[in-house]
Amino acid sequence: MRRIVSILLLIIVALGISLSLAKIPFGAPKTKVGKHYINEGVKETGATNIVTSVVVSYRGFDTLGEVTVLFIAAIGIGAVLSTGRKKAMRETTPASLVLYTGCRLLFPLILIFGTYIFIHGHLTPGGGFQGGAIIASGFLLIYLGCQERRISRVASNMAESLGGLTFVVIGLLGLAFGGYFLLNFLPKGIANALFSAGIIPIIYIAIGFKVGSELTSIIDNLIEES
Amino acid sequence: MIFVVSFLVVLMLVGAVAASIFRDLISAVIAAALVSLVASILFYFLQAPDVAMAEAAIGAALTAAIFIIAIRRTKRYEE
Repeated sequence: MRRIVSILLLIIVALGISLSLAKIPFGAPKTKVGKHYINEGVKETGATNIVTSVVVSYRGFDTLGEVTVLFIAAIGIGAVLSTGRKKAMRETTPASLVLYTGCRLLFPLILIFGTYIFIHGHLTPGGGFQGGAIIASGFLLIYLGCQERRISRVASNMAESLGGLTFVVIGLLGLAFGGYFLLNFLPKGIANALFSAGIIPIIYIAIGFKVGSELTSIIDNLIEES
Repeated sequence: MIFVVSFLVVLMLVGAVAASIFRDLISAVIAAALVSLVASILFYFLQAPDVAMAEAAIGAALTAAIFIIAIRRTKRYEE
């Protein structure tokens, strides 16, 4: 009986969603704000990747909130799981040769790829969140394959704090120079150059460090403490 | 192109249904990761490479790892 009711409810919800979405034309005329971003975005922010110009420049304060949410989640996991005392090294089965060799060869490449993604966030697809997630998946490989390598918790906390601090300090500098938070006060330079778009690449590098170290610390807490 | 996309959507549905009926939780997590991976390919076809990257890294790699760590601490088979 319960199963039939739940299937019926599911069908009703699916019908509702599909009927409400069917009216929206796919990819057809944008709203006024969307058109403004597409036409004037490169001129106003200097970033050729429009997604980045929206995420970091037009909606920069929103991004600060998102980063804070992730930070609170990481702190929550740490507070729930960490017991505060040193654990004895657990007996772990050694990784297989394939995993060990793959980890040693691939980890530097994954790290470089993640760094490339967030340094070029204002030019090519991707940015701080994506680069940070890729770097965290590289550290996950370290936890799986090369168990004799330990990740320094102090260094990861330092990277996280520095990332957050850089974001806020740059926002406050904008407040001091031009009158509002996260003002792009640096020269915008030539579009498509690596050193362009003012504060956008600096903020994205800070976000990359912050997201990467936060996700790594979540994995570290789950593997080491639980 | 339409065939490739339809195949991917069907693959995604199969993965989602399989994730809900598997009794072995590790297999269910792998099926859920497959859904994320196919979703990231579909995002790429829909010209959203940013979202595709985040989905592949977080949905397929990190979430699956977190679930597997949790399963290792609890029970592997559902009653």
